[in-house]
Amino acid sequence: MSKLLPFVRRSGSTAPDQNAGTKRMSSSEKFISIEGIARRYPAPGGKQTTIFENLWLPMRRGEFVCMIGHSGCGKTTVLNILAGLEAPSEGVVIVDGKAIEGTSLDRAVIFQGHALLPWRTVLGNVAYAVSSRWRKAPKAEVEERAKKAIATVGLAGSEHKRPSELSGGMKQRVGIARALSIDPKILLMDEPFSALDALTRGTLQDEVRRICVETGQTVFMITHDVDEAIYLADRIVLMTNGPEAKVAEIVENPLPKDRDRTQLHHAPGYYAIRNHLIDFLVTRSKTMRDAMPASYDPRHPSVVRPSLSEADAAAIGSEPPAKRA
Amino acid sequence: MRSSLRLRAGLLSLAIFAAFLLLWQVAVGGIAKTEAMDPEYAALMGQSATTGKSAMPGPLDVGATIWKHLKDPFYDRGPNDKGIGIQLGYSIGRVALGYLLAVAVAIPIGFMIGMSPLMSQALDPYIQILKPVSPLAWMPLALYTIKDSSLSAIFVIFICSIWPMLINTVFGVASTRREWLNVARTLEVGPVRRAFTVILPAAAPTILTGMRISIGIAWLVIVAAEMLVGGTGIGYFVWNEWNNLSITNVITSILVIGLVGMVLDQMLARAQRLVTFPE
Repeated sequence: MSKLLPFVRRSGSTAPDQNAGTKRMSSSEKFISIEGIARRYPAPGGKQTTIFENLWLPMRRGEFVCMIGHSGCGKTTVLNILAGLEAPSEGVVIVDGKAIEGTSLDRAVIFQGHALLPWRTVLGNVAYAVSSRWRKAPKAEVEERAKKAIATVGLAGSEHKRPSELSGGMKQRVGIARALSIDPKILLMDEPFSALDALTRGTLQDEVRRICVETGQTVFMITHDVDEAIYLADRIVLMTNGPEAKVAEIVENPLPKDRDRTQLHHAPGYYAIRNHLIDFLVTRSKTMRDAMPASYDPRHPSVVRPSLSEADAAAIGSEPPAKRA
Repeated sequence: MRSSLRLRAGLLSLAIFAAFLLLWQVAVGGIAKTEAMDPEYAALMGQSATTGKSAMPGPLDVGATIWKHLKDPFYDRGPNDKGIGIQLGYSIGRVALGYLLAVAVAIPIGFMIGMSPLMSQALDPYIQILKPVSPLAWMPLALYTIKDSSLSAIFVIFICSIWPMLINTVFGVASTRREWLNVARTLEVGPVRRAFTVILPAAAPTILTGMRISIGIAWLVIVAAEMLVGGTGIGYFVWNEWNNLSITNVITSILVIGLVGMVLDQMLARAQRLVTFPE
């Protein structure tokens, strides 16, 4: 029970403590800083539809941030703006001290639908990215780097297959290898596993977690899978429903950095954060859009660190079945 | 099961062919002596008058003519008597020249139009108006400006081949998947490299479809064009043999035109398979 104490001590209530862990990120810590971006589209009748506005979000180097929200809240637009595929209607994104303009090889994107070039082999797809990064590199070096990236995602031996010969999970692995092969500063993932079956999704989550922990990669990922966010993220950004979506709050993941997917639901704090996220998606994502608390500051949305809930206490009180056996 | 289906289909094909030949032979063969006449007059009138034999040649006559052409396809005995191989050579040469010119023009222009919605909309009315014009309608204009009948035929091939290729290239380029273009953008691939490494492979199957339609149309049109301009070529040969009332040669030409058209189409079909990618 001793390792639970920090959580117990922080707050006894099941409600998120608004004051817990709200220390602001200092400017030197900010590796990525989304500063007041908005995205508006022209609507019929000369009006404008605002997908989201006045969105602020800082990220640390090496941090894994997940963004959760319902469809239509502009998650993908935020990611596209970070990637440089879309320009914000207002505001800027600063990466490593520079405002971004367009796409960059420093920011690799893993697309929702793998987006492999079907006329190229696995090696060809990854080598295409490598040769775009290192334009003057000799062919042997390009292939070597590509093969290394392919091996990292566990696809060694399939280099000469075409995407059509691969399963959905393997295709997405190639997509990950392609993104990793260019040594990006930031990895941007747009619901990368949403099209996969649960088993494949699990193994790929493990792979991504292992790779990101090993390389200290900075990651921004969009998902609507609460468990995926809890397993992978250091911080989870909650978006209210669109249009005119806002960052409702930022949830700090209380789970230790060293996580095991199969034992995740036994980890202390798991139920607290899971319930908090699901409550948000079910009710508060709508109520908060309609009526934001008076204290709401879009530049500094409240940072929440869910503390141990009764469900957690119950789960830990009775030993996990795996350990009992 | 598969091979047996092919075998049965082949046998059926042969049976249809045999039945057709038999019917043809019976239909054009003489029935009986029609009427008594002076033998000298009968010799003058020929078999159609004496035995009721049709003026239409039978399969055996055509077979003999084909054999004659096959034995010596490349003879040249003056402007009105050249081997069928030489005539085909002229036609294929004209088609190749006009078609390749059309490829060289249609694909780059199609690329340009496909990549720019502005150009696409601006040029659309011209394409829509010019596309349905029968290529032969261009012939007088071509003869007047080019002042050379052979070049005019090549121009007509060029103008009829250009539209399907142009339209398919525009369509193929414009419908390159956004996600593939986004991959190129996130990898900071320049416009030229993007055109050759993403858009061209993505549009290639559609472009090849256009090229295949074009070669078919070009081969249809060359026969008509050569009938008009005369001189050489398989179209001229057909018309010349009609003037000679040599129906066997006309039938032979029809067969040969069909065969060459099939070969051209199969060549493009093979090329199409090479660039098609499974998804």
